[in-house]
Amino acid sequence: MLHVEGVTVRFNGNAALDGVTLDIGDGEVVTVLGPSGSGKSTLLRVIAGLQHPDSGRVLLDGEDLASVPPHRRGIGLVFQDHALFHHRDVAGNVAFGLRMRGDSKNEVEGRVRELLDLVGLTGFERRSVATLSGGEQQRVALARALAPEPRVLLLDEPLGSLDRRLRDRLLEDLEKLFDELGVTALYVTHDQAEAFALGDRVAVMRAGRVVQTGTPDELWAHPEDEDVARFLGLGNVRDGAIVRPEAVRVAAAADGQPADGVVEAAVRHGPTVRLRVRLASGERLDAAVASLDHPGPGDPVTVTIDPEGIIELQ
Amino acid sequence: MDGHRDPLSARAWRAVTYGVPLAFLAIFFLYPLAAIFERGLLSGGESSALDVVTDPVMRDVVWFTVWQAVASTALTIAVALPATYVLGRFAFPGRSVVRAVVTVPFVLPTVVVALAFLAILPESLERGWVAILVAHAFFNVAVVVRVVGTFWANLDPRVSEAAATLGAAPSRRFLEITIPLLAPALAAAAAIVFLFSFTSFGIVLILGGPQYATLEAEIYNQAVRIFDLRAAAVLSLVQLACVALAVWVTTRLEARLAVRGQLRAERDVLRKPRTLGEKAVVLGSIGALALFLGLPLAVLVERSFAVGEGHGLEAYRALARPTAALLATPWEAVVNSIVYAGAATVIAVIVGGLAAFAVAGSGRGSRGTRLLDGALMLPLGASAVMLGFGFVIAFDRAPIDFRSAPWIVPVVQALVAIPFVVRIVAPTLRAIDERQREAAAMLGASPGRVRREIDLPIVTRALAIAAGFAFAISLGEFGATVFLARPDRPTLPVAIFRFLGRPGELNAAQAYALAVVLMAVTAVSVFLVERIRGRRAGWF
Repeated sequence: MLHVEGVTVRFNGNAALDGVTLDIGDGEVVTVLGPSGSGKSTLLRVIAGLQHPDSGRVLLDGEDLASVPPHRRGIGLVFQDHALFHHRDVAGNVAFGLRMRGDSKNEVEGRVRELLDLVGLTGFERRSVATLSGGEQQRVALARALAPEPRVLLLDEPLGSLDRRLRDRLLEDLEKLFDELGVTALYVTHDQAEAFALGDRVAVMRAGRVVQTGTPDELWAHPEDEDVARFLGLGNVRDGAIVRPEAVRVAAAADGQPADGVVEAAVRHGPTVRLRVRLASGERLDAAVASLDHPGPGDPVTVTIDPEGIIELQ
Repeated sequence: MDGHRDPLSARAWRAVTYGVPLAFLAIFFLYPLAAIFERGLLSGGESSALDVVTDPVMRDVVWFTVWQAVASTALTIAVALPATYVLGRFAFPGRSVVRAVVTVPFVLPTVVVALAFLAILPESLERGWVAILVAHAFFNVAVVVRVVGTFWANLDPRVSEAAATLGAAPSRRFLEITIPLLAPALAAAAAIVFLFSFTSFGIVLILGGPQYATLEAEIYNQAVRIFDLRAAAVLSLVQLACVALAVWVTTRLEARLAVRGQLRAERDVLRKPRTLGEKAVVLGSIGALALFLGLPLAVLVERSFAVGEGHGLEAYRALARPTAALLATPWEAVVNSIVYAGAATVIAVIVGGLAAFAVAGSGRGSRGTRLLDGALMLPLGASAVMLGFGFVIAFDRAPIDFRSAPWIVPVVQALVAIPFVVRIVAPTLRAIDERQREAAAMLGASPGRVRREIDLPIVTRALAIAAGFAFAISLGEFGATVFLARPDRPTLPVAIFRFLGRPGELNAAQAYALAVVLMAVTAVSVFLVERIRGRRAGWF
């Protein structure tokens, strides 16, 4: 449905996007995952028509969008910090796109109510957007973008400015919403959990390039290279292979027994404890252990690796 | 260490910051104002106040004052808008220079502006409403460019982009997003331009000819030329009422238009012009504005060198010689101007600075603060001519007689400059993080010490900028000074005006030459201010 082909954008000679190619099918949600500065937002701006690519093209349903200005593309965009219209109330924000496409007053009213129901803001019509909380503003931004039924919905780190708990809740809501509406969406984030939770497929971006695309399972099982594996937090990367922290067994070295390494740090991550072990070779290895009775920093330990937890990189 | 003992207790400091400005205002503003009221409404004369108000000639004056102010405001916005847009949206080399240079006309003395348009306009348009409107636009373009341009440069472009993704074409984005978001700044700028045009004096007096007079010019005519002090007093009151009404309406309008949030740092907003079209817009808008602002001044300079058919320094050489137009040499007028303006600056910075501490110090919105804040802005609305006229009728006998008290000129000039000083210094004081003061106090600094160690260093820069503005304003002050400057001690604007009133080519050339000198001195002080101000955003 949406086809991005070899898009390159340069700012002052530096490539923000470097030959990005990406496909999104009808009704598919693709998440773009990458660290800040990897060109994710620029990609969305190119698709929306807010940024002219230096080369490459964007096709929507086979139509080249190069000469189509943003207001005729029918592509919705949810901005990072919302970019709401502060001079209009909630209803005025949601109604904007409907008015632009020439809906009648009654149609607009009905659709605004429908959208506010959908995002859980029933009765907020006359509220000033400035008085809303961050989460509520986010919902208004979403409703505003969805109202004119865009062919593709773009979301630029929509949950980026919210605190963790609110983010988790909105994430669930978004999942449900995308399912229900069957929207075609491109969702940009730097958060791996968000990307894996929402995306039918995930495109990993680095330095202006898409380095790997696949379903969350595919990425998890076969990361393209060490960098992707590291960025996804898959575990220890050594000698062209990934060693899952769960597969690393660590035990306190008995007296007199030669130790494989020394624990450098122990940090609790929820139910497991992450141990960082410095091996005799100087290499560092992360291990996830479940026990409450684990070795502490400075303890000499023995290390064994379960072969099941080793993934060879291509 | 004087950490625990301070010569000035907090209460004494409060008394000084409130007391000095209020006493100054009471003596030099309220008392003359009362004199005007008394003369206009109470004391007998050949005509009653009602006669003056109902006189059809006066009604014409009021009508002209209003419509020319409205038209001037509209014209100013129209002329300023292209450059405002460019400064509000694009980063380009020389942008800060443009911002600085555009301010020059605004601080130029009105007399200089009037002369520049006398110099450039064809004879048929030289005197009349067209010349007045164009001169007002020239003078006030800076207000729109800086107030609206600064605001625009901080307006999040993504709001407009969001509208684009929702299907709004560029023209609709401008009408439905940009204009409403700019409305507070546009209203504020329009209000300022309207007030300046409404109370315009020098420009109207010189360019209006005998036919066109605003209230200000008519007050002067009645007081000085016809010597009907009753009529002048009544007109002053009419003017005061009109200004108060205009201020009231615009404050309410601004409050209703105020939009919160969504401001971004300039560097996130501005971008380089990319396409050829955008580059043409930048170049065209700035070029056109440069032409509009530069050409009259250039012609003014050219005319100051015009001698007969050729060019020369004749007019400048004549400045050192006695002239029939003045009781002093023109060169002495230059010296007078600088001395008066210097003294006025000292007074304005002390009184205005103290007032700024009072206004900023006692928490925003408290009743006393609002009262003082409003009281300090009054001289601005009351207009210079009214102040000058008020001084003449209030201080005409011992202990203060304006004829024998040369210090009265700096005082009245300071009165005109004080509102600007407060407007520049108070926001800086308010912006000081209260926690800095608390931290200093926790480290053992007494309240007085806190003021010296925390407030004063921060505010010094603002005071320097305020001093520069006060100097420029005092230097060009005409409306009040023309009443009060003694014939043997004219200031530059007054001397220029006297030269204009006399026939002959050399007199005209000397007027132009003096205007050039005045412009140069003003420009130097403005550029010094700009250097202190640096790249900081903001209007004042």
